[in-house]
Amino acid sequence: MAYGERGGPTWFFKSGRILLVGTRERSSQTFCLLSSNGGTFFFLSLNTHFLSPNLLSLPSITLKIVLFDPICLFQALPNSYFLFDFRLTTHRSLDLMTSPLLDVEGGGQGNESLMNSASTMESVFQMNPGLTERNYLGLSDCSSVDSSAVSGISEVKRNNLNLKATELRLGLPGSQSPGRDSDIDLASSTCLDEKLLFPLLPSKDGICSGPQKIVVSGNKRGFSDTVDEGNWMFGSSMVNSDASKSLVQGKFTSNASVNGKISSGTQPAMIKDATSKMVPQEQAHATYGASLNKVNASNPAAKTQVVGWPPVRSFRKNIIATNSKNNDEVDGKPGPSALFVKVSMDGAPYLRKVDLRSYTTYQQLSSALEKMFSCFTIGQCGSQGASGRGSLSESKLRDLLHGSEYVLTFEDKDGDWMLVGDVPWNMFIGSCKRLKIMKGSDAIGLAPRAMEKSKNRS
Amino acid sequence: MVYSLPEEVLEHVFSFIVSDKDRNVVSLVCKSWYEMERWCRRRIFVGNCYAVSPSIMIRRFPEVRSVELKGKPHFADFNLVPEGWGGYACSWIEEMSKAYPWLEEIRLKRMVVTDESLELISTSFKNFRVLVLSSCEGFSTDGLSAIAANCRNLRVLDLQESEVMDLSGHWLSHFPETFTSIESLNMSCLGSEVSFSALERLVARSPNLKTLRLNRSVPLGKLSTLLHLAPQLVELGTGAYSSGIRSDVYSSLSKAFLGCKEIKGLSGFWDVDLSYLPAFYSVCSRLTTLNLSYATIKSPDITKVISQCPNLQRLWVLDHIEDSGLNALALSCKNLQELRVFPSDMYAADANVTLTEQGLVSVSQGCTKLQSVLYFCHQMSNSALITIAKNRPNLTCFRLCIIEPRTPDYLTHEPLDIGFGAIVKHCKNLNRLSLSGLLTDRVFEYIGVHAKKLDMLSIAFAGDSDLGLHYVLSGCKSLKKLEIRDCPFGDTALLANVAKLATMRSLWMSSCAVSIGACKILSQKMPMLNVEVIDENGTLDSKLDSCLVEKLYVYRTVAGPRSDMPGYIWTMDRDSSSRI
Repeated sequence: MAYGERGGPTWFFKSGRILLVGTRERSSQTFCLLSSNGGTFFFLSLNTHFLSPNLLSLPSITLKIVLFDPICLFQALPNSYFLFDFRLTTHRSLDLMTSPLLDVEGGGQGNESLMNSASTMESVFQMNPGLTERNYLGLSDCSSVDSSAVSGISEVKRNNLNLKATELRLGLPGSQSPGRDSDIDLASSTCLDEKLLFPLLPSKDGICSGPQKIVVSGNKRGFSDTVDEGNWMFGSSMVNSDASKSLVQGKFTSNASVNGKISSGTQPAMIKDATSKMVPQEQAHATYGASLNKVNASNPAAKTQVVGWPPVRSFRKNIIATNSKNNDEVDGKPGPSALFVKVSMDGAPYLRKVDLRSYTTYQQLSSALEKMFSCFTIGQCGSQGASGRGSLSESKLRDLLHGSEYVLTFEDKDGDWMLVGDVPWNMFIGSCKRLKIMKGSDAIGLAPRAMEKSKNRS
Repeated sequence: MVYSLPEEVLEHVFSFIVSDKDRNVVSLVCKSWYEMERWCRRRIFVGNCYAVSPSIMIRRFPEVRSVELKGKPHFADFNLVPEGWGGYACSWIEEMSKAYPWLEEIRLKRMVVTDESLELISTSFKNFRVLVLSSCEGFSTDGLSAIAANCRNLRVLDLQESEVMDLSGHWLSHFPETFTSIESLNMSCLGSEVSFSALERLVARSPNLKTLRLNRSVPLGKLSTLLHLAPQLVELGTGAYSSGIRSDVYSSLSKAFLGCKEIKGLSGFWDVDLSYLPAFYSVCSRLTTLNLSYATIKSPDITKVISQCPNLQRLWVLDHIEDSGLNALALSCKNLQELRVFPSDMYAADANVTLTEQGLVSVSQGCTKLQSVLYFCHQMSNSALITIAKNRPNLTCFRLCIIEPRTPDYLTHEPLDIGFGAIVKHCKNLNRLSLSGLLTDRVFEYIGVHAKKLDMLSIAFAGDSDLGLHYVLSGCKSLKKLEIRDCPFGDTALLANVAKLATMRSLWMSSCAVSIGACKILSQKMPMLNVEVIDENGTLDSKLDSCLVEKLYVYRTVAGPRSDMPGYIWTMDRDSSSRI
């Protein structure tokens, strides 16, 4: 690992390498972006506290940039699928996502993978050191969102779009993607959103695979309530499918050049950055249709979502899970069926259990945990309490995900505590022994360890 | 005439009455019998730790030696009860530690036990002998260390399927070197390695050790050592049952098994390696209990094993046994009383596993002593169920899980009403029944009419209307425990049978159609019931009476509302609903 540390914001990139960014101030949270660039990966990590309200006033923030070879991570990924993990970010860094994130044109080999234009790097720079303070709830103007991608769209729409599509959230990846619940209405826009945030299979299924999973999980009993009405932050404007359509269209056209770049070079599956609104509209609709059909046909995967059915004790399920895991190594049978781990939370008087195999992404896990432990965060933050459902869910989400007070950590097989979200999902469920929602301050120093670990696996 | 007998004589007579039910009846005869009975009651069973308080129990039964308590609802086994629900053992143990210095046995099921409680147990009861923690949680190996260090007369330590935090494998070494009384040790649930030298020494100095269940981390190579030290074992749970290809392990193991002349039960077989199976063939002829449910071995291999076990009474196995293996079982194990077939894959039918209703039909034909069945499969037919019912009217427990919910008779595509109807009609002594598959209200009519001895009923994804639940509540005279999930049963049936609930231990309903308003009425009408609504999602609007409750748990109690409820449980205040 090489560290580059400077007094101001800084960035460091070489094509074909993992890019990791963290702040000097408590490297307790990371924000990871794994992206594919014809076999190479980028890995971006940001510190939560960097984005937390308390730190907004800090005159300058030092970024640590770590660069290391991604091959080890890549090798550990089964089926070589791509994973986008957005975690622990806020609206503050909107620019990061609205405008192209990384420009690898200079690197020669990478331009296709970066679905965005060259302004990315600049915007990273621009947001520092004079970080303009943004409304934390995303209700204020977004004047500082100066992404060229949305220039052609009306102010209101632009706000919505930017916030929705590009918001970097505190918490696990996409933990409260607005509108996830109401995805049927949201149609294309949601699908697009989801696609950005979820693991994607590179080739055949490509873009469709992500959204399908999500929609199915939305059907799951008890889980569907997890994600609150969806658009708590943005009002309902985005739910209007016409609006989203036009947004897509607008973006599409305004980014014609970028689009050209994409279509010229790469597989469609690579188009999956947060800004990939530029995906042709038809494709979006196709995706949506496919996922809807899946739901209606009661896809067998939906069966796996019934909690407590079939009535087999979780103890036994775990045994069988580990048994079949062992078998996998021998005869390559399909994976195990359940994996229960305990979740504790600092300050909460009880533990809970979750079946990691009933989730397919960090997002789903995060939403579920958010629901389970919401009562404590509400209590602790002294918010308005149960004064109606809307406000309840709002505060719930805000507290757990944006308060940046808590971070989700896990104990791996070796007994080490690490931050959730640093490694690909499959690797995570393969090694997670238990989960803990920690006070952010207690989790200092966990992240780098996780990184090293992944590296050591090479 | 009996009234004139001296108290001592009567007490002696009472001491021959073992069953709880009979003791309860005795105590109802008259005041003096009540008095005498309560002073000589030594064993207590509390089926729901919230149905009575420890102080009430202690007040009435001052001389108890053995206490068995159950905590969480049965559905907790399937992760339907949220963590933190309750079932805490600490208040019970604290009060008992003061009142029962001569307590010898504690058996807990589905309860939360802390290390502090275990320490208290280990120091409070001078003659403590039996600790059974079944599906419990909340404690660690530190608590077990305290038990090991302080309970000098311990005979049974059974951690069956408990979730123990593994802090150290050295808790076994806390048993003092002078400690020799252990008769039964079950630590199969422990995840981490235990100190083998401590285990070896313990086994070596325990002449009365009859039951030993190891955990997965004990390697097969060590098993023969333990068997040589304890040839008197009756029940053995192996550790990992594989060990690479080492002929010395195999030969010493089979030699060790040869020396075990008492073994009647075998379990364990984690990570089983086929080539080591014949090592225990020498004890097979004596086996009455065989648990292969963690052993992923294929049908021909299972068949080979069970064909060596003519005296088998209980068999637990994965569906890898397939129909062919069950046919073999029906031919060779004529004494079989209990059969459990678990799914190897929870969700999808494995194309390579042929386990259908036919296997169970064969067993019902061949094994005339069969009483208890737990069977997971993917298809069933009414005709098969009718055959089973006619073949085995002696069934007392019939739990059938057709894995895909609402699966109809795969031959006729009709509901399985008639099939389950035949079960309750023919099996007059049926006391436990679990339903699955496509079922209409009709099956509940059959159950209400015929299942007069039914004690526990589990229903999932069944029924059409309130009528179904009404048949059950109004018909099943002996029903104590009723658990229902995902059925369209609602307020009408519940409120029409409120009095029935007071005769039952508990009712669980999740994802049904019961409204909060009905819960309030229920609570008002029946003050001896605790009506608890579990609202995990925070979506319940208590002011809106029509709002449906996600999970409802109702139980009778003489202890009043409990005080240890988590925030997501709502109780129905007698006057108006409020959150506690």
